[in-house]
Amino acid sequence: MIPSTLAYTKASSIDEAVAAVAAGAVPLSGGQSLMPMMRLRLAAPEAIVDLGGIPELVGICEDENEIAVGAMTIHREVAASELIRAHAGLVADAAAGIGSPQVRNRGTIGGSLGHADPHSDMPATLIAAGASVLVRGPNGERRILVEDLITTYLTTTLEPGEIITQVRIPKGDDHSAYAKFHRRAIDWTIVGVAICIGDDGVRAAATGVADRPVRLSAFEEVLNGGGSLDDAIARIAEGVEPHAGLDGSVEYKKHLLGVLARQAHAEASSR
Amino acid sequence: MTMGQTITVTVNGTVHTAEVEHRTLLVHFLREQLNMTGTHIGCDTSTCGCCTVHLDGDAVLSCSTLAVQCDGREVRTVEGLQAADGSLHPIQQAFHENHGLQCGFCTPGMMMAALGIIEQQPNATDDEIRAALEGNLCRCTGYQNIVASIRAAADQMARS
Repeated sequence: MIPSTLAYTKASSIDEAVAAVAAGAVPLSGGQSLMPMMRLRLAAPEAIVDLGGIPELVGICEDENEIAVGAMTIHREVAASELIRAHAGLVADAAAGIGSPQVRNRGTIGGSLGHADPHSDMPATLIAAGASVLVRGPNGERRILVEDLITTYLTTTLEPGEIITQVRIPKGDDHSAYAKFHRRAIDWTIVGVAICIGDDGVRAAATGVADRPVRLSAFEEVLNGGGSLDDAIARIAEGVEPHAGLDGSVEYKKHLLGVLARQAHAEASSR
Repeated sequence: MTMGQTITVTVNGTVHTAEVEHRTLLVHFLREQLNMTGTHIGCDTSTCGCCTVHLDGDAVLSCSTLAVQCDGREVRTVEGLQAADGSLHPIQQAFHENHGLQCGFCTPGMMMAALGIIEQQPNATDDEIRAALEGNLCRCTGYQNIVASIRAAADQMARS
């Protein structure tokens, strides 16, 4: 279908983008989620502001402690980044598995977070990696843990007028992995489990088992308390409330959590 | 507030200046304003890959890109594969020789995806070609010969 009538502007600076979003425009990053929703008229923004003309939003660099990924960096670049692979392999792996090559050539890391789809791969892997986002709004810049960014379906803690400008991934030895299950190549992930084994313990997160990506707290607690992987998997679904749907029952999704956690943990341990 | 603007897009080497509505998708601009109907629309869910074109050299879905986003940029469509003298591009020749199509509906997208695959991974194995075709559906399920065609085209392009 054809999207409904809208007004388009292209921002050439972050300040211009913030002003447009504060005035009610919807930010357009790679458009790989927003555009299909507009075609299906599930979304009908009256105004959109294209972030594709702001060079400082694109690119991957590092400082002493963190990798800084511009919000408009496409999945293909994240997947190909040696820097990200060296410190957070699961994020590169997740990027390499999003959609198709065509989608990865347009879709962005910031767009994926801002869209906040509960079956999205990127948020859960970034939560496990302990990543944060930098956001800019009318009142300046602030930092939000990715874990605190998404509250429910397609909903974030971004204030009106705020846009995500950068993703900050902590550096460290990489013992991480992401395991997901989906039926066909480009289908949405049914359930995905992301695990990072760091100096400060195991951090794990899942997608597809709630209205938002979630930390697997009980699973972490067992492993970080010296318990076995079997015991951790036995408790992995505690506090997690998957929804039954066409993609599977509650029991099925809880079962997948265990299966995928075992896969991801084995792969993370071997890295 | 204006709901449209004039854009200048280079399509297959030819500069086009046109008035478009802001909501116009690239695929509709190509098909309905430039009358270039080689690029197909197969789905409304970014699933089928039939509308694949190249934007500044990258394979993208023209159903998920606005025409205004292409202002000042270069688009290559399936019509831009053949040479100026009408001779077939190695990808077209390979699809012809290897029966890489049955009904032909997915073919424009398959060939533009193939171009992206060969450019990104010139030595792709058959498995890698299959994986990279994940965003292109063939409803005739003629994938064997599509993969063979891409393999043959990659070999031919490596030689030339």
